[in-house]
Amino acid sequence: MDFNDTSAEADFRAKVRAWLDDNATLRDGSKTTQDTFMAHNPDQVVQAGKWQKQKADAGWAGITWPKEYGGMGGTPMQQVVWNQEEGRYRVPPFAHLVGVALVGPTLMVHGTEKQKADILPGLLAGDGIWCQLFSEPAAGSDLAGVRTRAKRDGDTWEITGQKVWTSGAHYSQHGLLLARTNPDVPKHKGMTMFIVDMNDPAIEARPITQISGAESFNEVFIDGLKVSDANRVGEVDGGWRVALTTLMNERLTLSVGRAVGGAKTEELIDLAKRVQLNGRPAIEDGEVRARIADFTARQRGLEFTSYRIMTSLSRGQEPGVEGSIGKLLLGRLRQEMSGFALELMGSSAAIADTSDAESLRWRNEYMTAPGNRVSGGADEIQRNIIAERILGMPVDIRVDKDVPFRDL
Amino acid sequence: MDFGFSEDQDAIREAAGRLLDENATLVGAHLLLNENPDGFDGDLWSKLAEGGWLGIGIPEEYGGSGMGAVELAVLAEEIGRTLACIPFAQAMYLVAPAVVQHGSDAQKSALLPAIASGKKIVTAALSENGGIAPGVITAKVSGGLIQGVKSPVPDGGNADVALVAALDDTGQPGLYLVDLTGPGVEREALDATDRTRPMARLTFDGAPADALTGANGAAIKKLVDGAAILVAFEQIGLAGRALAVSSDYAKERKAFGRPIGGFQAIKHRLADMFAKIELARSNAFFGAWALASDDARLAEAAACARLTALDACQYAGEETIQIHGGIGITWIADPHLFVRRGWHLKALLGPAAIWRERLIQALPEGNS
Ligand SMILES: Cc1cc2nc3c(=O)[nH]c(=O)nc-3n(C[C@H](O)[C@H](O)[C@H](O)COP(=O)(O)OP(=O)(O)OC[C@H]3O[C@@H](n4cnc5c(N)ncnc54)[C@H](O)[C@@H]3O)c2cc1C
Repeated sequence: MDFNDTSAEADFRAKVRAWLDDNATLRDGSKTTQDTFMAHNPDQVVQAGKWQKQKADAGWAGITWPKEYGGMGGTPMQQVVWNQEEGRYRVPPFAHLVGVALVGPTLMVHGTEKQKADILPGLLAGDGIWCQLFSEPAAGSDLAGVRTRAKRDGDTWEITGQKVWTSGAHYSQHGLLLARTNPDVPKHKGMTMFIVDMNDPAIEARPITQISGAESFNEVFIDGLKVSDANRVGEVDGGWRVALTTLMNERLTLSVGRAVGGAKTEELIDLAKRVQLNGRPAIEDGEVRARIADFTARQRGLEFTSYRIMTSLSRGQEPGVEGSIGKLLLGRLRQEMSGFALELMGSSAAIADTSDAESLRWRNEYMTAPGNRVSGGADEIQRNIIAERILGMPVDIRVDKDVPFRDL
Repeated sequence: MDFGFSEDQDAIREAAGRLLDENATLVGAHLLLNENPDGFDGDLWSKLAEGGWLGIGIPEEYGGSGMGAVELAVLAEEIGRTLACIPFAQAMYLVAPAVVQHGSDAQKSALLPAIASGKKIVTAALSENGGIAPGVITAKVSGGLIQGVKSPVPDGGNADVALVAALDDTGQPGLYLVDLTGPGVEREALDATDRTRPMARLTFDGAPADALTGANGAAIKKLVDGAAILVAFEQIGLAGRALAVSSDYAKERKAFGRPIGGFQAIKHRLADMFAKIELARSNAFFGAWALASDDARLAEAAACARLTALDACQYAGEETIQIHGGIGITWIADPHLFVRRGWHLKALLGPAAIWRERLIQALPEGNS
């Protein structure tokens, strides 16, 4: 057990720092938060693309990716070092997350050699933004309920249906889409995965306004989209296996990458020093101190949990039990912390003062945290996964398991 | 960076775990809960001594194996997991480190080999009036003699030597070794919440007190931080066992035609127990490393480990009773063993409230 860098890691960190110093600006010390991604600001997308390209050109974009796909062939610990260092700088939001963290690893496992060679290097270089077209109005937690239909005609598939909650669909160039290809078998067995071109006129993305006021996800209508069989990922009717790989990577990303995301307790302390409570600075109040201490202990625990996951990966092991808890605990922590910050603001919490970035920030945090508890598998689904797969509890009763999809 | 255990440390876990599983059973804990004449499980204690486990944190020149805090943490988790009823924590997490760090050669030679061999039972007397040193100390040492009351003291009834926190003539806190078998010491057994780990009140009236030089207030605080990390491992072991017992029961017990573990109200609570335990474990890992490497973030690490371990342990204990239904409310069933040991480990180093304050003060931003 060693929380210090090895000498090789220290060298790597120095190189990372030197490059970041030359290419980005350090954040203001106490403001550690990532800028939230307001997708109605197209400029951010452009900036994100530039930053991704800049990183790719210098070789930092795919630290753990194999060299043949444009990666660095580095270790998970080097990725940790990179994340720690990049987090200290003002950089655009990571709009390429779906492509780099979800689609890339999925193609590495299930893609054809040609798909890997054609797509992976460009994916790292930020040649386009990807979105994940999985969820539908009738298929969320129960993802295997997808109804979007793909029918085969020779070497071409025709796809028609509707997706929803698709993050970034309105500014994506590519999509990974899960469709129903065989309704005569039980639901898990009749789906297939496709790569689709989001610029095709047969696809229309309509942004949905979220509770935060942002429009980062969409409903997506697909009407007679033609897709070549060369863009099928995995076996026909084998889409569920492909989706599971994507979802596992998504859970991992949401546990590791963002475990240190969201507001920091240091910012809460900062706030508590500035606002008054019962006639004195809030930071002098016992309850305030207690709450902040508990948040800090939980936040540190999540940070160290993400390091444990990286250690398992470095040792060539599957991330074990520790891989499943970050996703479950993070959303709730963000929600409680930002709710408490708003409480500290007293009556000012009822408004967002446009002259006060702070009040906007905490309200925004409070309104985005709930999405953390739903996306990538809701809290309840994470608890089922832990209880069933790790603790061996009997699975929920599933009345539709052996019924052909068309009879549901 | 590496946030896992080495192969050697895994081997320690396996060997210690095997010995403890064979010798420390829940049935045994029940027996000691009902009747505990010696105050601890003497057979297990001798076996641990024979196997060299009691010297794990003691330098080789004093009869130990001179391993580090991480190895001690591995053993602590196994002790917590098996609910071993032994006078381990105070001796190994507080007394031995205090003597190693602050003792004279004579003090070390007199005490450390006797701890490593299991010949002497030693304990730490840090509590008074519901508080813990260095924050709360009223006992006083003057002219080498100690006056005052310490309570509750784990194993105070049968320990040979106690490490006692007291103030000197100038009112400065310090640590003293007191022979409990000598003059000026009165011991009174107390009704311990966890009777497998007996407690006593020690009244000192002019007992000779042998000072550990340099063990000032800051040193006591640091010792307590280290102990909190090792106790967190015991708590994680304990909570993990409660989860295992609850999971087994949830798979076995049927209601409405299926195992109760199939109901989400039960399975989600088990998942929450699991998540709390793993969160505490992550903090405890960092704590073990900070302790082993004397890192500047020790105080912060200790408070984080302690706070999350307290939460995991209490939740696991309470929900273990609930998941067992009526049988969980009975004296003969296992669930209350976890709750009682949980309170013992909590009381040992003080409640969450004081650790929250320690954490805020340990943060660079918290010192306004
Ligand atoms: C911010 C955000 C971004 C997203 N981005 C994407 C994206 O890019 N691509 C994509 O494909 N999807 C995306 N999603 C969709 C997301 O995966 C789904 O919202 C999620 O899986 C939940 O599905 P649902 O919305 O249909 O809710 P439902 O499945 O209807 O769930 C409603 C409630 O019921 C509970 N519930 C459901 N089943 C069970 C059960 N078996 N036991 C107990 N409780 C249960 C849920 O936990 C939840 O609380 C995004 C969602 C959000 C919030």
